[in-house]
Amino acid sequence: MIQVAAFYLFASVLTACALAVICARNPVHSVLFLIACFFSAAGLFVLLGAEFIALILVIVYVGAVAVLFLFVVMMLDISFQDLRRGAMQYVPLGLGIGLVLLVELFTLYRAWPERTPVITAESTAIENTEALGRIIYTDYLFAFQVSGLILFVAMIGAIVLTHRCRPDVRRQKVAEQNRRKPSDVLEIKKVSSGSGA
Amino acid sequence: MTIGLTHYLAVAAILFTLGVFGIFLNRKNVIVILMSIELMLLAVNINFVAFSSFMHDLAGQVFSMFILTVAAAEAAIGLAILVVFFRNRGTIAVEDISTMKG
Repeated sequence: MIQVAAFYLFASVLTACALAVICARNPVHSVLFLIACFFSAAGLFVLLGAEFIALILVIVYVGAVAVLFLFVVMMLDISFQDLRRGAMQYVPLGLGIGLVLLVELFTLYRAWPERTPVITAESTAIENTEALGRIIYTDYLFAFQVSGLILFVAMIGAIVLTHRCRPDVRRQKVAEQNRRKPSDVLEIKKVSSGSGA
Repeated sequence: MTIGLTHYLAVAAILFTLGVFGIFLNRKNVIVILMSIELMLLAVNINFVAFSSFMHDLAGQVFSMFILTVAAAEAAIGLAILVVFFRNRGTIAVEDISTMKG
């Protein structure tokens, strides 16, 4: 019974926050509603018995992606009112396409046959995280490594894209400093006593 | 009354539709468009995890993790492009981005 109540709570919060994400006037509010969305989706995942994915969702999305969005929204100095102007003319088209999509998805789901499980349930002695780890590092090892590579490329790409060399800033060049020899910059002069250099 | 697979699928469908609708509603604001894409990916994740849970097959959760990875990479790259574009143009309106082609 409490599971049913929790499902409806999380699902209603999720849809309400998703609606608020796309309707909020201030993008900062959008990001905050997006965080609420991720939290309630994590709640749904816990209800489904996928604790690991739920916690990963909170860590990755709330901890990294949403904060990244928040940084960018706050860093860019943009008048968001100008961006919203004239947006209402697309609402009928968007509503129409959204309605068609929703009806299609629901008819698809109604036609979905309730099947028996493909694989029999594993013994409950193995926890979700352990079971995931067992198949990630065996069956899905290649895909796992590729996803690591994707993250690596994304990191390098983001750094290369946003890094800029400003010519008016003096930078320390360690290699040049280390290459300097005393003979290049020092000159020893014999100064006889009694006369200036 | 129990919560079945269709309940989760319905939530995911509503979430996906809201994401699509958000793209139309905020056609000029790239940041909100990126957030709408995140919502759609979240809906797909819910579908994957729901099927995985009700079919007792962990492959869905593994793929959901891969989607999470790709979504994080996509958000990082997209926002980096956005920052560079704003630095060059001083605006993030979608219409002006078409000047990048060619």
